Amino acid sequence: MTPTERIRQGLARRQRAEKRFRVYGIVAILLGMSFLLLLFGSIIANGYKAFGQTYIELPVYFDPAVIDPQGTRSEDALFRANYWALAKNALYQQFPEATERRQRREVASILSEGSALDLRAMVQENPELIGTTRDIWLIADDDIDMLMKDYIDRTLPESERRLNDRVIAYVDRLIEAGIIERRFNTNFFTAGDSREPEQAGIFGALSGSFFMLLVTLLLSFPIGVGAAVYLEEFAPRNRFIDLIEININNLAAVPSIIFGLLGLAIFINLFGLPRSTAVVGGLVLTLMTLPTIIITSRASIQSVPPSIKEAALGVGASRMQAVFHHVLPIAMPGMLTGTIIGMAQALGESAPLLMIGMVAFIVEPPQGFTDPATALPVQIFLWSDSPERAFTERTSAAIMVLLAFLIAMNATAVYLRKKIAKKL
Amino acid sequence: MDATETLTIPLTDQLSEVDFAAGQKIAADHATVGDVTCKNPSMRVKEVDVFYGEKQAIFNVSLDIGSNEVLAMIGPSGCGKTTLLRCLNRMNDTIEGCRVTGQVEMDGQNIYSRKMDPVLLRARVGMVFQKPNPFPKSIFDNVAYGPRIHGLVSHRDELEEIVHTSLSRAGLLDEVKDRLDQPGTGLSGGQQQRLCIARAIAVSPEVILMDEPCSALDPIATAKIEELIDELRYKFSIAIVTHSMQQAARVSQRTAYFHLGYLVEVGPTKDIFTMPKHQLTEEYITGRFG
Ligand SMILES: Nc1ncnc2c1ncn2[C@@H]1O[C@H](COP(=O)(O)OP(=O)(O)OP(=O)(O)O)[C@@H](O)[C@H]1O
Ligand SMILES: [Mg+2]
Repeated sequence: MTPTERIRQGLARRQRAEKRFRVYGIVAILLGMSFLLLLFGSIIANGYKAFGQTYIELPVYFDPAVIDPQGTRSEDALFRANYWALAKNALYQQFPEATERRQRREVASILSEGSALDLRAMVQENPELIGTTRDIWLIADDDIDMLMKDYIDRTLPESERRLNDRVIAYVDRLIEAGIIERRFNTNFFTAGDSREPEQAGIFGALSGSFFMLLVTLLLSFPIGVGAAVYLEEFAPRNRFIDLIEININNLAAVPSIIFGLLGLAIFINLFGLPRSTAVVGGLVLTLMTLPTIIITSRASIQSVPPSIKEAALGVGASRMQAVFHHVLPIAMPGMLTGTIIGMAQALGESAPLLMIGMVAFIVEPPQGFTDPATALPVQIFLWSDSPERAFTERTSAAIMVLLAFLIAMNATAVYLRKKIAKKL
Repeated sequence: MDATETLTIPLTDQLSEVDFAAGQKIAADHATVGDVTCKNPSMRVKEVDVFYGEKQAIFNVSLDIGSNEVLAMIGPSGCGKTTLLRCLNRMNDTIEGCRVTGQVEMDGQNIYSRKMDPVLLRARVGMVFQKPNPFPKSIFDNVAYGPRIHGLVSHRDELEEIVHTSLSRAGLLDEVKDRLDQPGTGLSGGQQQRLCIARAIAVSPEVILMDEPCSALDPIATAKIEELIDELRYKFSIAIVTHSMQQAARVSQRTAYFHLGYLVEVGPTKDIFTMPKHQLTEEYITGRFG
């Protein structure tokens, strides 16, 4: 048998093997994709309604007697006024027959107390409103919102429902009047946390995450890249450096909660930094992302062809010039990719933040690095722990926001990686 | 010179021997045949040994590189030509575990002494590598890089002047003059190599080291570069490693033949190719092995 015949005989088997392997690959990818779709699907199905919120349009009379009986128009008076009474009065007019205390309480329960805050904000911005009547969309209570979103089953016996028949009847009358509807929930993106689901938003958590990631980025990128450059280009090859390398690789695998404990012991207890703040969170996440950034940066430095560095040295560049003029610019997209992946990890991290007190209930969105803050994943954790149906929905919505940021960050990383591939 | 006397003693008694594939033999205390010195050296290699870790790659080599001449270094693969060439501008410093003993002198000063800054040395001794390695930057920036980092120019005009003369010396200007802002990596292999030569001569070195500069090029590009080397000789000293005997014969004035880390024979190129004194040299240039 000639070699050609032998090769021909084996050919069919080889092709079959290749085809089989391709099928395995496709099956694996399909499986992975379907789990991903299931995950995204269930989150979106659970959460998309949170982007809408039930509002009731009512003519609100900004009664001077209620807001500012003394007529001083002082900021303090406008701040302290009983706006809740204005909102309630507007709603009572829709139900003139409800005169008893109990009835009135039930009617009032349709509105969220958050509507009072909205009215206050409006009056503070424009005191001219006092004495006038305006049609205003007032935010409804979360139970009403759930009813409107069909999460409350009207067919259940009254005792098993969160809303009794009378309240449902009131709502139905509002529906008939066409003054209750679901509108885009801007509140969700502009408000901090709240005990009341309809008033709770992710802005506080987003700002917390933003300040934290800013600290992390500002610290971990220069430190990580600097360490990688030193280890790759300048460090002598000896035992000590080997030891450092092993430790960096180990740190990348340390459970993140340990970094939280470390942060608690060092930054809070030893250095006395304030708890629950973005600065401490950022420091802890810096510790956590540094190994990732160092490892990927070293890999991208290693992938720079040595001939480029030799060329620079050959015309008399110093080692530092060769590195900074030629190696770093080529390695930079890879380093940025590593940094973004590290930052994405940091954005999704919650365990270490629990250790440093960022799990506290914080209403006011943080204004800076040293304000008490929480972070997006911790907010998700907090909401998922709340019993109200409306919080379940918000949990999913917050996850969607988090995923959107993660996807955006990872897409940037892929884009940068493509860019290096094109360059070399 | 009395050093010449001792160094030209031909290979006589073979004390210990190193065997190698072709069955040839070379003495461990081998002395180079021919005159390793020259009248007006720009660099002098004196009794240099080079080690990669435990392994010795160069054995006791002494060799002068004359001013305004082209020295060709030939020899079979792995004989240490590149290693010796890289000793001359201390590029070996970048290789881990590489150790050089002996002296390499430039203006009577040992370039391996502590006083010598490799940055200055490499500005004076330029290098063109075997594989063209332009920076992934514009053609202009490739050539301008050296003058820029050494602060050789104070104006943009001067810099442009240097870039243009270097490119034209390297025979590349006509081909690229209207696309100086295009990346150097977009040129053809031969153009890239000439760009690297332009980059090397832009800092006006005294010596240019070339490691098989034409190994990746076609005959036309090779001819261009050979022409260029011949011209550059009047301004620079050149040491060139080559695998092509014809190239060595065409461009060089002196030729050094290396074998397994030993410098076997040195002499005027025409002598080496017409009447080699050492048996190994003769066998190599007649093509019986190597
Ligand atoms: N970085 C290195 N580490 C260890 N040994 C090396 C290294 N570089 C070269 N050597 C060894 O040193 C010897 C000389 O190598 P060198 O590269 O100088 O040969 P060469 O004459 O340039 O060969 P070629 O003509 O194939 O380029 C060889 O035996 C080689 O294996
Ligand atoms: Mg070589």
